[in-house]
Amino acid sequence: MKENDTQDLLDFASKLRWEVGENFHDNLVEGIYTDAAQIAQKTEIRQGAPNPYNFERKLDQVLTSNKYGFPIMILILSIILWLTIQGANYPSGLLASFFLEFLHPLLKLGASQIGLPWWLDGFLVDGVYLATSWVISVMLPPMAIFFPIFTLLEDFGYLPRVAFNLDSLFKKSGAHGKQALTMSMGWGCNAAGVVATRIIDSPRERLIAIITNNFSLCNGRWPTQILIATIFIGTLVPAGFSSILASITVIGVALLGVGFTFLSSWILSKTLLKGEVSTFALELPPYRTPNVWTTLYTSFIDRTLIVLWRAMVFAAPAGAVIWMISNIYINELSVANLAINWIDKFGLLFGLNGVILLAYLVAIPANEIVIPTILMLTVSQLDLTGAGDGVMFELDSTTETAALLHAGGWTLLTGINLMLFSLLHNPCSTTIYTIYKETKSWKWTLFASIMPVLLGFLVTFLITKVWHLFH
Amino acid sequence: MTELEACNSCALNNSAQLLKLGINVDHADFVIALAGNPNTGKSTIFNALTGLKQHTGNWPGKTVTRAEGGYRYKDHKIKLIDLPGTYSLLSTSQDEEIARNFILFGKPDVTIIIVDAARIERNLNLVLQILEITDRAVLCLNLMDEALRHHIDIDERTLSRELGIPVVKCSAIKKQGIPELISTIHQVAKRQIICKPHRIKGLSRPAQKIVDKLDKKIRKNYPGLPNSRWIAMRLLDADADIIEALKNGDFNLLLA
Repeated sequence: MKENDTQDLLDFASKLRWEVGENFHDNLVEGIYTDAAQIAQKTEIRQGAPNPYNFERKLDQVLTSNKYGFPIMILILSIILWLTIQGANYPSGLLASFFLEFLHPLLKLGASQIGLPWWLDGFLVDGVYLATSWVISVMLPPMAIFFPIFTLLEDFGYLPRVAFNLDSLFKKSGAHGKQALTMSMGWGCNAAGVVATRIIDSPRERLIAIITNNFSLCNGRWPTQILIATIFIGTLVPAGFSSILASITVIGVALLGVGFTFLSSWILSKTLLKGEVSTFALELPPYRTPNVWTTLYTSFIDRTLIVLWRAMVFAAPAGAVIWMISNIYINELSVANLAINWIDKFGLLFGLNGVILLAYLVAIPANEIVIPTILMLTVSQLDLTGAGDGVMFELDSTTETAALLHAGGWTLLTGINLMLFSLLHNPCSTTIYTIYKETKSWKWTLFASIMPVLLGFLVTFLITKVWHLFH
Repeated sequence: MTELEACNSCALNNSAQLLKLGINVDHADFVIALAGNPNTGKSTIFNALTGLKQHTGNWPGKTVTRAEGGYRYKDHKIKLIDLPGTYSLLSTSQDEEIARNFILFGKPDVTIIIVDAARIERNLNLVLQILEITDRAVLCLNLMDEALRHHIDIDERTLSRELGIPVVKCSAIKKQGIPELISTIHQVAKRQIICKPHRIKGLSRPAQKIVDKLDKKIRKNYPGLPNSRWIAMRLLDADADIIEALKNGDFNLLLA
């Protein structure tokens, strides 16, 4: 068709648009509803019980009530975390002793028998292999417990109820209620949470949801939280209560993240992203009995293995990098130690230390490897004998990890601030890339990457100041 | 330009449009879209048809991107596209746009509309909108087991007559009704069943007249356009995407 014909048609359409009046859209929607109602009336056959959803209504009244909604939510989350922390301990130990105590010496022996040069042996076996197996033994068990339970809840239909509970809070902070759903997706993976914001229609509210998604603790950070809480907080009370207190602490950090989500959403909607809150209809889907075996299978394939694979892909090169910076010397000091000494003072300002900051630098590709990196760097910094520099320690129990960290000069403050910094720092590189793909804006990508780190430094700085007032 | 490229970019070949939408249709005999409200079990149907294990979740909006899969039936290779679940096609959120654009410009051979049998009135809003865009559709009444448990049954013959498309009762999670669904899809794809889809009747009389006027004009400019009435309604609603598509000539491709 020719161009002027198109223009002609468009002109004709806009002329008619005046004639039809501005309520055409409402008229059309009404028309559709009327038709739908008529057809439904003709075809629907209802028999017997007038109130067929009685039980579901009752359940909804409890789960979304003003009084019980929040406590139940927190209770459910606590139970999941407690099961994860408790249940993961034993299999983690088994995997660690298999990979580190059994397989690692065998690999070393094999390497020396085929005459591998020391640097290649170190690079591959002590760098790549150890980092990877550490990630597997620490991450696989908690994920294999956490994800299936979370998925079962999702299939049961609980997540929309969480969104319903949080809706009014999001509205008050000037954001979209559906952000509750993208936020809970972020608890699995921030990159997935960012993609999920597509369900939000308004670009302004979608941007808020994207920027604040990083405040949802992702599965790469849950293990860090769990480990540090166990070592530094759980040990404050008698052994019998330690895992309960550790769980509560981790939930506290997760809820703090929710708090920061609201706070930053509110600030954004009052400053950079001003605008009206749009209304939406959130459908509470019926409760459905989850198909347990299918769910277990798909959550294992879709989530656990994919996330684990990603962690391994990033851990292997990171292990290599760590081994290299610990074994390349400039003036009798390794590159890692030089860097650590250089930024240590800066780290102490925030109640952290040089090792932690360097670890966060190395671990930009994946949050999962923060803890292994910290341990490896601590070992190399302490110059512990018995293990080569940059070689991952055999830490099959949290007690040993704790001893190592205490030797590295860690205090309760370091533990608390590490947990806070793990919550408040830049998103991992995958998430940053996803944010760019979704927003198509370098400006917002940069903002979303830098804002959380600055916030993290601010919070840890203030905590340190307060801490030193009392100590 | 090689012969193949020329063929693929020809306006008569729909695969050019599909390619533009990011769909590789190599070796597929039919392209089939899955549409429906959120949380009606689209992903479960998708898995039942393709044998893929895409994760299904019980919350609205799980499938925000398109999933693709395929299956074979009677020596035909069939490509299946799982569209994001939406309540309507009238707004501008990204998921609705993905679904709308695919049905409009992708011109699937068949669109399967998944409906929650216990909530058909609300679900029909989307069905009626889809039927304005395409005249090759199958209605799948999913979650029949759940509906029956709540004492709701559907007279599928009347429903089929009212909508002018075949209706199949299903319970995808129990794998019930899937063979019937597959064979019905096939019959529609091969034009063994010809649909006479329902048209939205509830407009006010003056509005109806104006829609007809614009519809006539569009059909004059684009003879043979199957969804001219719907495009007329969208133009009267000042749909920026449709206006844009008219300007850059995307509609010429719809004539094929």
